Amino acid sequence: MEHIYYTLHQFMLHTKSITYVLMGVALVSFVGYWLFLTGRDEKMRKY
Amino acid sequence: MNDNQKSFWTPGNVLTAFILAGGLVLTFLRFYKGIGAVTNLDDNNPWGLWIGFDLMCGVALAAGGYVTSASCYLFGLKHYHSAVRPAITTAFLGYFFVVVALLYDLGHPWRLPYPLVLSQGTTSLLFEVGLCVATYVSVLFIEWSPAALEWLGFRKIRNFVIKLTLPLTILGVVLSTMHQSSLGALFVIAPGKLHPLWYSSFLPVFFFISSMVAGSSMVIFEGTLAHKGLHHKMDETHLKEAEGVAFGMAKAASFILMGYFFIKLFDITMDDDWQYLATGYGAWFLVEIFGFVLLPSFLYALGVRERNMKIVRIASVFGVLGIVINRFNVSMIAFNWQLPAAERYFPNWMEVGISIFIVTVIITTYRFIATKMPVLYEHPEYKDAH
Repeated sequence: MEHIYYTLHQFMLHTKSITYVLMGVALVSFVGYWLFLTGRDEKMRKY
Repeated sequence: MNDNQKSFWTPGNVLTAFILAGGLVLTFLRFYKGIGAVTNLDDNNPWGLWIGFDLMCGVALAAGGYVTSASCYLFGLKHYHSAVRPAITTAFLGYFFVVVALLYDLGHPWRLPYPLVLSQGTTSLLFEVGLCVATYVSVLFIEWSPAALEWLGFRKIRNFVIKLTLPLTILGVVLSTMHQSSLGALFVIAPGKLHPLWYSSFLPVFFFISSMVAGSSMVIFEGTLAHKGLHHKMDETHLKEAEGVAFGMAKAASFILMGYFFIKLFDITMDDDWQYLATGYGAWFLVEIFGFVLLPSFLYALGVRERNMKIVRIASVFGVLGIVINRFNVSMIAFNWQLPAAERYFPNWMEVGISIFIVTVIITTYRFIATKMPVLYEHPEYKDAH
């Protein structure tokens, strides 16, 4: 259902709060996805 | 009929000849009778298939040129070297025929340089796009020219052009960044016309990021087709490096697609567009995001992990289709979404015919170049001279 916002502050508070949470999820997911993507790559040689 | 004639009249060549002949007739109709005679464009829908497909998709899918040359010459991934020439050839042809397709839309070919020399609209994004594309076509022509110069035997000019590779690559990346994003920025001016799920003030960012995926996917897709049709023209180096190039591009495309998915998600959240997802347009948006962003991302990742070329090739088809669907959505399907159905745009069959004609000309020209010139192989006189 569509939210009713009475002030710009309400709108920004609602949308930005969710965005920040999603950004946290994205940052953690990226690390996991990168590990999944490169998991079977040949290991770099370390001398 | 002798053997040569028999081998020329293959079903593919007959179909090509048929399309080219039909395209020439439609071209004559377009320029003789005017744009209204061959298109369904009107004041509400001044941009149709020729802009949505030929230009928007053409520019995005030609991004393989800057993606591959930047990987090889700027990021030092030298094992992509054999993929640079085919990618630059495709990019040059793509951009050149974007300009040709634009002429069908503009109608007065002699007026094409007007924005550059007569009436500069320096505050217009279209001016920026025009200037960028004009410059980048020239840059791509110079980048591609060593193949033609080696074929023609102009060694001195060829050696001079090769020395320009690095500055041209840098210029190519800068210009591509500018006009790929500007194509998206064109729609930022129309918040009331474009559906909220596709409209965003970040459209330039979306267009630029998705162009990188388009470029990587196109390199893999085009490589697959080249392996089928022009395998005999590839030298040992090209064949040896092909899989590595495909897996490298797949890995990049997979990660970028995942990033693209998240920034689309952030955009929906920032604009609070969630309620639109429960509509018909929302369902179509979800098809685009899940079917042509997340699915190819996972398929690419799976292909890279399993070292499975078949999965990577399937993913590249989804990647290329995804770009086409996205550009169609932004420029046509979700554009003017509030208009009644009778006033919506649907392309005339002749518009579709001319787009097919242009794609066929590109493929035919590519085949000619790849058959005659050292694109898929190194010229024996210039081995390791890059």
